[in-house]
Amino acid sequence: MMDEMDMEEGGVVKKFMFVNRKAPHGTIYALEGLEVVLISAAFDQDVSLAFCDDGVYELKKGQDTKGIGVKNFSPTYRALEGYDIEKLYVEKESLEARGLTEDDLLVDVQVLSSAELGALMDEQDVVISF
Amino acid sequence: MKFGIMVSEGPYTHQASDSAYNFAKAALEKGHEIYRVFFYHDGVNNGTAFTTPPQDDRNIVNRWSELAQQHNLDLVVCVAAAQRRGIVDADEQKRHGKSGNNLAPGFRISGLGQLVEAGIQCDRLVTFGD
Repeated sequence: MMDEMDMEEGGVVKKFMFVNRKAPHGTIYALEGLEVVLISAAFDQDVSLAFCDDGVYELKKGQDTKGIGVKNFSPTYRALEGYDIEKLYVEKESLEARGLTEDDLLVDVQVLSSAELGALMDEQDVVISF
Repeated sequence: MKFGIMVSEGPYTHQASDSAYNFAKAALEKGHEIYRVFFYHDGVNNGTAFTTPPQDDRNIVNRWSELAQQHNLDLVVCVAAAQRRGIVDADEQKRHGKSGNNLAPGFRISGLGQLVEAGIQCDRLVTFGD
């Protein structure tokens, strides 16, 4: 495996993809998943995020959690750029199935078909899904 | 091959920890290396020594402790996830003024960086979750 990786500053750089599949609230997966993403930024890896299934709701504009008494962490997605995490992919079919378009999302993303996203996953060294 | 394992669900409710254990045991028997087992989300509940299943059922926590002892496994419970869910070692007990501690033998509490590092160091990172 070592020869497949780029070496930078003496360290290994792998392609990490974090796959977000769950709605932002109702379960803790989205929040704790985001915590892993933020930590990964400290390791100088090639990080990308994919959003599919109900995970596309994580990026929905205008989230208001007051009524359910939990923290609205959606602004954190806007801060990812500051961590040099700029590759955000959203599955087209998941958006469409939920009546959403790119304009409903709070960050700039690249919309990919299921097949395209699958091909991209295939290129990764490490896929961690939440 | 060098494997990293992530366990994302708690014991008994989900099959995840059983499957991870069976996978780890089989991999070790075949001569593979388990670099680390990382417990995240409700998976941290696999590390509480207070687990007391009925006598005719498997003890999932003890099973991990025994495997760790036999193979010098690195069982890591995520600190942030553990604090949320009341999994505490002696140091954490002191730091947060808790009345007891419950981290099972063979487990240690550490940060999320340990998961990312496992992704970097291992040939495969295998997730057992929902």
